[in-house]
Amino acid sequence: MAEHIVSAYDAELAALRNRVVEMGGIAEKMLDDATRALVRRDAELAQSVINTDARLDNLQREIEENAILTIARRQPMAVDLREIISAIRVAGDVERIGDLAKNIAKRAVAISGQMQPTRIVVGVEHMSDLVQEQLKDVLDGFTQQNVNVAIDVWKRDGEIDALYTSLFRELLTYMMEDPRNIGFCTHMLFCAKNIERIGDHTTNIAETIYYLVTGSALVSERPKNDDTSFARVGES
Amino acid sequence: MNMTVAQSAAVSSARPMQPAGAQREMPNAQETAHEKISVRNLRFYYGDTLALKGISLPLYERKVTAFIGPSGCGKSTLLRILNRMYDLYPGQRADGEVLLDGENILSPKQDKNLLRSRVGMVFQKPTPFPMTIYDNIAFGVRLYEKLSKAEMDERVESSLRRAALWNEVKDKLGASGQSLSGGQQQRLCIARTVAIKPEVILLDEPCSALDPISTAKIEELIDELKAEYTIAIVTHNMQQAARCSEYTAFMYLGELVEFDETSRIFTTPSDQRTQDYITGRFG
Repeated sequence: MAEHIVSAYDAELAALRNRVVEMGGIAEKMLDDATRALVRRDAELAQSVINTDARLDNLQREIEENAILTIARRQPMAVDLREIISAIRVAGDVERIGDLAKNIAKRAVAISGQMQPTRIVVGVEHMSDLVQEQLKDVLDGFTQQNVNVAIDVWKRDGEIDALYTSLFRELLTYMMEDPRNIGFCTHMLFCAKNIERIGDHTTNIAETIYYLVTGSALVSERPKNDDTSFARVGES
Repeated sequence: MNMTVAQSAAVSSARPMQPAGAQREMPNAQETAHEKISVRNLRFYYGDTLALKGISLPLYERKVTAFIGPSGCGKSTLLRILNRMYDLYPGQRADGEVLLDGENILSPKQDKNLLRSRVGMVFQKPTPFPMTIYDNIAFGVRLYEKLSKAEMDERVESSLRRAALWNEVKDKLGASGQSLSGGQQQRLCIARTVAIKPEVILLDEPCSALDPISTAKIEELIDELKAEYTIAIVTHNMQQAARCSEYTAFMYLGELVEFDETSRIFTTPSDQRTQDYITGRFG
């Protein structure tokens, strides 16, 4: 795209974009580390994830402040306006992703001494791998302003929902088998739910990319495979 | 129209996911608004120079249409055609059609005085006549109507009220129009235009010489006036176009690049040139 006549305007937009990309990188690492901490029962790694979250919060605050300043200073129109609004939105989603990763890390600390059925842990890890791939793709899509990548990510979220549903059922079974599993399984259930919600945030980012590039909303019904909200104990 | 081609090309490349039915349509496809003025394949010449290269667009009744574009793109020229102001100058001519309620105003049979009473104009710099505030309004009215003193008083008051100037000048109607501030003078010119009861009002950069408060008052006025009049406004202030108008036309080098609903032009324009211009990336 052609440059603005006022080059400081381009510099402001570029700075905004770079901060969002930086946030994305931090959030990716947080999710990766939190998952490894969970799998390896590594409380130290988990603690470092918890500590990192403050950086993400600060960056989001900076992005919002700078976006507001740019709006006030430049009265952006058309694609510039969409870019600034998109930066605010994506920063919000990434900040939430950081919170959810932090929550996984906290739970990793809480269950670090307990016995863990390997199958469950592997299931959560697999789900996290899928979501991390989604997150990486959608952040690349944002950097490249690539609509096709965004649509692809948006459609793939159904897989994650399906995986979550099967994990949910499995965890219910363990809890019914032996009430001593309930504490651990509940933590794992929340971890799985957190990862599933991170997946939802990646689809939000995909929608934002679509809006940024085309100016219209990505509307048609997204495939949803998470029916756990309707599940009843004893019927699964 | 060439913009339709450009639009459909832009739609098909930039909006891959949209179903065909959701594609951008020309605003008049769903609009029931009446086309007060229809400009059709309008060309305009300053001597041998072609200044407008075949413009076609509607001005919808009781809507505000903004004209934007860099200096020299033909916005003011187009406005000056709509009440045949150009006829005052030798060597300037227009061809094509400009239909006002279906009648071609470019026709030689057109009564220009009658036309200018139906299509009023306000200029960039306030142009009060060197006479009293009262006579500034009454002067034009007397050319078209014979009113009693009481009727004229009433007309002057209602025009000044409509231009949101009455409260500021009601105690000094005998003072010179030129003694007013710039913003007041501009509102006096609008009052003068409204007094003749036109159907269309043309505003050629009405706020470019005004401070932000006077500008806001004129914009408030435009908002009120559009309940009764069809308004065309030329402005270099993009935010003003975005705030005041329902439709926006972007012109460049004597051509109409894009005409669409204002809400679309300033968020998702179809043409790259429009996008570059409104975002400050032009040339």
